[in-house]
This record gives sequence, C-alpha cells and structure tokens, in this order.
Amino acid sequence: MLTIENLHAQVEGKQILNGIDLDVKAGEVHAIMGPNGSGKSTLSSVIAGHQDYEVTKGNMLFQGEDLAKLSPEERAHKGIFLSFQYPVEIPGVSVTNFIKTSINASRKAKGMEDMTANLMLKKIREKSSLLEIDSRFLSRSLNEGFSGGEKKRNEIFQMAMLEPKLSILDETDSGLDIDALKIVANGVNKLRSNDNAIIVITHYQRLLEYIVPDFVHVIFDGKTVKSGTKDLAIELEEKGYDWIKEMV
Amino acid sequence: MEFKEKLLDSHLAFEERIDLSDAIHQTRLESLKTFEQKGFPSRKDEAWKYTSLNAMVLKDYALFPQTETTIQLKKVKKYFLYEIDTYKVVFIDGVYSPFLSDTTHDGLDVCLMSAALSKAKYRSLIDTYFNKIINKEDSLTALNTAYAQEGAYVYIPKSVVAEKPIEIIHFSTGKEKALWLQPRNLIVVDQNAQVQILERHQSLKEHVVVTNSVTEIYAHQDAFVDYYKIQNDLSTASLIDNTYISQEKKSNVRVHTFSLGGKLTRNNLNFCLNGQHCHSTLKGVTLLEDQQHVDHYTLVDHASPKCESHQDYKGVFSEGSKGVFNGKIHVDQLAQKTNAFQQNNNILLDDKATVNTKPQLEIFADDVKCSHGCTVGQMDEDALFYMRSRGIPKKEAKALMTYAFANNVLESVELPILKKRINKLIAKKLGVNLGFDL
Repeated sequence: MLTIENLHAQVEGKQILNGIDLDVKAGEVHAIMGPNGSGKSTLSSVIAGHQDYEVTKGNMLFQGEDLAKLSPEERAHKGIFLSFQYPVEIPGVSVTNFIKTSINASRKAKGMEDMTANLMLKKIREKSSLLEIDSRFLSRSLNEGFSGGEKKRNEIFQMAMLEPKLSILDETDSGLDIDALKIVANGVNKLRSNDNAIIVITHYQRLLEYIVPDFVHVIFDGKTVKSGTKDLAIELEEKGYDWIKEMV
Repeated sequence: MEFKEKLLDSHLAFEERIDLSDAIHQTRLESLKTFEQKGFPSRKDEAWKYTSLNAMVLKDYALFPQTETTIQLKKVKKYFLYEIDTYKVVFIDGVYSPFLSDTTHDGLDVCLMSAALSKAKYRSLIDTYFNKIINKEDSLTALNTAYAQEGAYVYIPKSVVAEKPIEIIHFSTGKEKALWLQPRNLIVVDQNAQVQILERHQSLKEHVVVTNSVTEIYAHQDAFVDYYKIQNDLSTASLIDNTYISQEKKSNVRVHTFSLGGKLTRNNLNFCLNGQHCHSTLKGVTLLEDQQHVDHYTLVDHASPKCESHQDYKGVFSEGSKGVFNGKIHVDQLAQKTNAFQQNNNILLDDKATVNTKPQLEIFADDVKCSHGCTVGQMDEDALFYMRSRGIPKKEAKALMTYAFANNVLESVELPILKKRINKLIAKKLGVNLGFDL
C-alpha cells in the first residue's frame, strides 16, 4: 500500500529525514518508535504532504502512485489520513459541519454526490458512539477548548467517519489518561480490516499494548535503524533508547 | 468650478425646491456656512489620515436628479428581504419611490423625512431631535444637513415593538453619469420600544455615485435598536456614512456593518451613552478585494457610569484592497464602572492588501474595565494544512477559515433570513459553495 524508499526530507534548509524505509501492506499495523527529535512527526507530515517539508531524495509510493506530486487534499482523497499530534483549533466551525465538509469534499473529488443528510446523521451517530462521544460535543467548535483527550478522540472520530485506507496516528497516546487511551485504542481496533493499514507513531510502548502492531520500526536521527516485530517495542521499553543510540 | 463651489452655489437652486418655512431651514443655512469654512476633509486631518477624498471631490456630480425613475420590482427584488414582511422606505436616485415602499402610520411612523418636515404634527419632534446629536465640527455632516430634505423618518412610540423590520434602501440607476446623494434619516425609539432596521445603498449599474448619508438614532430608556448596514455595492459606488446614536438609561443599541463591496466606504459610527446601564454593540465584517477601500471610524463616548460597550470588527483583505479601523473609546470622569471592549482582527490574503488599525482609548475614570486588541496577520497555515489533510481543497479551506473568522460577528445577527443572506454573500465573494449555514 505504502512504500517508502530511502526518503530524505528537509524543512527550512534543515535536513530532518536521512533515509527512511518503510513497506506497509493492507491489513498491517506498523509502529514507528524513536526518541524525541528523531524525525517521527516529520515523517507523518511528509506523508500527508505538509508544504513546509521538502523531499530531497528517495520516493514515496501510495498504491503505486508517486505521492510527491499530490497536494495534501489529493492524498486525503486517495485515502491517507493523518491524526495530528496537536490538532488545530478552528473556532466558528462545529465538529459536525467540519466532518460533513470533509466527507463531501472527498466524495466530490471522486465524482460522487454529497452524502444524504440522513445517511450522514446515521454515520455520525454510529461512529460517535463507537468512540463514546456525546452528541453535545459534536456541535462545539472544532477542537476549541477541547481537553487533550477530547482532541484525540475527535481525531479518531474523524478517521472513523472518513474510512481511510492508510491511517497515521501521530502520538495519539500523548495527553491521554488510561481510560481515554482504552476508548481510543478500542475505536482504532474496530476500524482495523484486511483492506486498510495503520501506522502508529509513538514514543512509548504503552499504546502498543492496546493497538498491537505487526511490525515495529525504530527511527533515529532521521533514519530507519531497526525493524522487527512487536517484541522490539518491549525490548525498547526495557532497555531505553540509549541502547539504539549505542547501536548506531 | 470646483465641486465645493458648486455645492455652495447650488444651494439657491435647492432652496427653490423646498419649503423655506420648515423647521430646519435655519439649521441648513448655518450648516452650509460650516461646510464653507471647513470644506472637505483632507489627509492632513488626523481622522482622515488613511482615507483620501481628493480624487472623489475633483469630479463633478449632479446634485438633483433630472427625472423620477421607476424600477420594476422583479429587477430589484433580490436586494430586499423579500422572504419576510417588512416596512420599506425606498429611494431611487434620491427620490422617494412610493411604488417600492411600504410605509406606515399605524401605531408607529415609518415614512419620509420630507413628510415629517412639512407637516405640523411632527414639528415638535423635529425641533427636539433633528441635528441634535451630530458633531457640529464635522464638515461632511454639515454638508448633509445643508441639503437635508429626504430620507427615512422612523418614530417608535413608547412600549411599541415594531413587528416587522424596516428596510431603508437607496437605489441609484446610473441615469445621471455622476450622482451625489445626501440622504438624511431620523430614528427615534421611545421608552421601552423596539425596532430592527436594515440600511442598504445599491447601484443598479456601474456609474459614479457618492452617498454622503447622515442618520441620527435616539434610543430612549429601555429601548432596543438592532441596526444592520449592508454595504455590498458596485465598484463605482462610494459611501460616507455618518451615524450618530444617543442612548438613554438601560437602552441597548446594536449596529452590524457588513462591508463587502464598493469603491470607497467610510463609516463614521458615533455612540454617546447618556444614561446608566446602556449596552452598545458595534460589529463589522469587512471582506474586500481589488482596489476597494473601507474605513471604519468608531467613537464610543461613555458619558455615564455602569455602561457596557463591545466592538468587534473582522476584516479580510486581498488584491490591493485597503482597510482602516480607528476605534476611539472615551470614558468620562463620571463614567465609573464602565466596561468597554474593542477587538479588530484582520487577515491579509496577499502582500498587496493593507490594513491600518488604531485603537484610541481616552479614560478619565479610575474604576473601569477597558480592553482593546488589534491583530493583522495571514491565514493560519497550520489550520489550512489540517483542513487540507482532511480532504478539503485549499480554496474551500480558506473560505471555511474566513467564515470561521467572521463567525463571531455573524452569530449575533438576530434576523435569521439576513444571516442566511449574508452567509450567501460571503460565500459568493469567496467563490465557494459551502454545504451548510454557519
């Protein structure tokens, strides 16, 4: 589904990624771990198409198509979803109106009619209950005044609504207490299928107890330095990142 | 001949058209003198530093339209709130249009200024209110007063709630190549009375038109006045709006100004709070492109204690358009426990647009809460990326951001149909079609 080869990227002239390799197939969950500043979040921004990041070398193929040529919205229309580490507050636009606009924009790009109001409502009800989201919450301005947990839950709610092929969860566990973490992880697990794939970016092993990955990759200094199964995450938790740093 | 000279000379011709024995003629003559002395403001005047009328007053204008013009309703229907029942006072090239209007004397007066000036029964009201709260030093107001004759006259008696909104609409047809209009409105809302008013100036085809309008609004004790100004004129039309509001105890006056089009628009909006516990709201959305220019010049004079004023102006500018905001709050020494807030936030969509924003606080009381904040910035790139990553194309994302930005102002619009209309106007300006109303 997603193939990344020797990816190099920079922001404002500063080289952040120095050779990332990743091969994600449908039905798989990949975890990307690494110490702070190793380039994990940069990788997610580059995949989603943030304009500040410039790919200087290597390539990214999504279902065989070169991502570099696509705008962020086109990537979303193809089925890439990024759950933000710090979701942006948009005062004046309700969660419901935002998700409606988002869904219908993707449908329009595919030449489909707007989703009917009934179907939209049904879907919103279904997915919000999956994430234990109160209906009052849906009429609030997007992310404005939301707690950290509410923001993350809202991100996964949008993921559930948009049904992406590839979801990238960037530090979705940060700022979540254990109850919220369970709700979010449970939501993500229910969305797993043989047709979609998930990349979980995290600093800690904690989230991976709930969203169990098929593969774990360790990034250090903008490079993929080690890949393995979920046991690698446990090993990292025990030995810490210094173990990786020494290895490099 | 310079246009100023023409304005002075033409007054004789004006006098031939009106009743010289009416209540205000002496005031007209005095005002003409004021204008003669002061002339048009120039950029040397601090209040006109960022808005120049030079090019405007170098032109020649017709002051009196040659003939009365009729317009078919279907051609102008869209400029009215046709979905709901309203009172209407409509002018075409400055001349009253009985055909398009819907006035009343049934329990309240919604009629013509010229009628109020000519009839004896209005005399005491005219004597009490006409030209009483204007700034006597202001030359454009003086010019308007010198030629005051036509406009809307609204009187809402004690405890009457006007059941229908009042629309005051000025059309210009382009029959005159260049037209100078000077409507004069007087609105008196007596104790505990309520009214909603919508004012609009609209050219029906591209032609040079300048409107120098003066509106006096009196809100007596416990009165409520909800006033909306829709400024979405063609790029050949200019407007100088001078609005003076006087508030008595516990009255509530709200003015929303939507500046979405026009060549040059200057909004002089003056509030004077004369009684305790007044509420004043001044809100505006400005959305400009091309070479358009809008200057909001507000003054809130807290002359009494325990009043509250809120100003919130949002501006979005692109392609060489210019915005000016000058917001002055004056708190008198007597006006303890004043709450006065002012916000002016602007977004520049490209580097050709400019905004000058200036808060001016003059506080002479010591127990007050006053705040002000101005921002000028670009569109939040992180928010744009967030929306685009959710599949919303750049143009729609920008439009959504603009809506969201203006939403604070829109949400206090109490006429649902008007809110919907403004939503649509904004969407049209932004070239998008949003699937929902905010």
